[in-house]
Amino acid sequence: MSRTLSAPVTVAFDYTRSTGPVLGRFLTGLRDGVVVGGRTSEGRVVVPPPEFDPVTHQQVTDFVEVASTGTVTSWTWVPEPVAGQPFDRPFAFALVTLEGADAPLLHALDVASPDQVSTGMQVRVRWAEERVGAITDIVCFEPVAELDDADAGAAASQPGTDPVTKVITPVALDYLYAASPEESAFYRGLAEGRILGQRCPACGKVYVPPRSACPVDGVATTEEVELSETGTVTTFCIVNVPFLGQRIKPPYVSAYVLLDGADIAVLHLILDIPADEVRMGMRVKAVWKPRDEWGTTIENISHFSPTGDPDADYDTYKHHL
Amino acid sequence: MREVAVVGFAQRQMKEFDGSPTCVELLVPLFEECYEQTGWTRRDVGFWCSGSSDYLAGRSFSFVQAVDAIGVIPPVNESHVEMDLAWAMYEAWLKIQTGEVDTAVVYAFGKSSAGVLRRTLALQLEPYTMTPLWPDTVSLAGLQARAGIDAGLWDERAMAEVANRSLTDAEKNEYAVRKGGSSVEELLARPVYADPLRKHDCAPVTDGAAALVLAAGDRAREVQDRPAWIDGISHYVDPMSMGTRDLTRSPSAARAAQAVGVAGVEVAELHAPFSHQELVLRRELGLADDVVVNPSGGALTSNPMFSAGGIRIGEAARRIWSGEASRTLGHATSGPALQQNLVCTLEGRS
Repeated sequence: MSRTLSAPVTVAFDYTRSTGPVLGRFLTGLRDGVVVGGRTSEGRVVVPPPEFDPVTHQQVTDFVEVASTGTVTSWTWVPEPVAGQPFDRPFAFALVTLEGADAPLLHALDVASPDQVSTGMQVRVRWAEERVGAITDIVCFEPVAELDDADAGAAASQPGTDPVTKVITPVALDYLYAASPEESAFYRGLAEGRILGQRCPACGKVYVPPRSACPVDGVATTEEVELSETGTVTTFCIVNVPFLGQRIKPPYVSAYVLLDGADIAVLHLILDIPADEVRMGMRVKAVWKPRDEWGTTIENISHFSPTGDPDADYDTYKHHL
Repeated sequence: MREVAVVGFAQRQMKEFDGSPTCVELLVPLFEECYEQTGWTRRDVGFWCSGSSDYLAGRSFSFVQAVDAIGVIPPVNESHVEMDLAWAMYEAWLKIQTGEVDTAVVYAFGKSSAGVLRRTLALQLEPYTMTPLWPDTVSLAGLQARAGIDAGLWDERAMAEVANRSLTDAEKNEYAVRKGGSSVEELLARPVYADPLRKHDCAPVTDGAAALVLAAGDRAREVQDRPAWIDGISHYVDPMSMGTRDLTRSPSAARAAQAVGVAGVEVAELHAPFSHQELVLRRELGLADDVVVNPSGGALTSNPMFSAGGIRIGEAARRIWSGEASRTLGHATSGPALQQNLVCTLEGRS
């Protein structure tokens, strides 16, 4: 058995960025089917235009339209494309110097095998049918075939609209996320109906869920401790605000519960009592879901419920707030 | 300038770390090794600095939980860089130069295997015209390798020679993930992967962590018979875009080397995750022909993200401690195709 429990996790978000005048000009050009470079103080035409001149550090303001055909100056084969790349089948990445430019542009090159690529070969832009003002308005480069006629690579301009000032870049990363060995023991314990913590050999504090090291002493917490499923509410908040993904209708109580025998409180729900009656010091007990619904998750405990016992004395939990 | 030395070094490198991306349980024994080497406790450490990345870990503020491994009562003086360990070391070196502290432990960690490393690293690129294409690390290195081949600066055989020497040297490195040289002919007979790169031209995905201990003046002499004194440390950066720089060169590496001076260097540990990059660096750093390059096997045999550059400095320091060399060099890189480069020269004084 692996030391750890793991599960797939996807972290995704859309980056919304303002483009500024230089990249905005470049991306506006792409939307309109034109590649725009910037002329530097040394007289070189660079694509995409750099925002500031590499020598004078002045803003680049001299824009030049370049051709959508050019020459491959370097290339590499992509045998196993990763998610998000221009193709999900093998292709080439290439540096292409477009006619009228002095510096190459990085993009994909659509060929079926590495035998079909060579440095110095002539290629042209394949435009996306619907263009929005993004680098992906260029689908890829493609080889210029001998039989092509003069209008090769020409792209119909979109109707004149406002300049591109914003791009949205979706980002999604997939991970196989592992719990630490100590956290894994905690989750495996929950699958057996047990709540496990670990004791620091230096300070004696009991952490639940257990950590890989005592944050006070910096030593591994090695001694396993089984905790009571009864504890004390140390502090809490009443959730009144609805939010995306909320499972319980507000108002409800999210509280820190200091399990008997532990030195760190766990966060959980307090139900079976009106929200405005929950208080610090209240004694509560774990309410487990039916056993056949258990997994290796804290959700095996549905919530905590008042035991009805007298409240704990403040002194018993004041050091754990 | 205060004299500062590397006096401790611990590392872990592995193909796959069976633990969480916080790497806390990996760091605790690393720090224990550093305490053992120096005779210190954590309270002797004046400053802590770490290197790691949220993108690699798949969680926000990934450096915060790692602090558990330090133990922070009483509170510690701590900082973090979203960079390789070598840059965390640079920050600590500066901190010691201010006179505020005399000692530091710098560390870095990363579980590269949690995601798809070559894809994750596309997020360090320019976000308007590069990241949306998700150019992966291997592809960017492939463009660089081809540029050098086309320019006649190196060929596939020269790349295979680097790989073969690295794999052979790695046999002596207990931490190396990939090891075992054969022959250049055998390597060249293997299939091309990301043309022009073969798999052995690319560093293996590696999980791991490492720590370096720094100390100033007499604090260093107290804990090491022969401290590895930091003689020079410098770093520069080239443009990120692949089109506006000559990919066969690394001006930032050359400039960093000029700033520190490489004369008399006997051993150089170069952070070259691709075989041709060692050839670029060797030339840009201006290393003499008799300099021993990457006796540890280098990043081509083990490349834990955020630690591998600092490990080069640790390996360079070990050779000073042992008396094997009097002047060594550690190099670290970051960014696409050798974009950013740090050079650190170390020397032993008798």
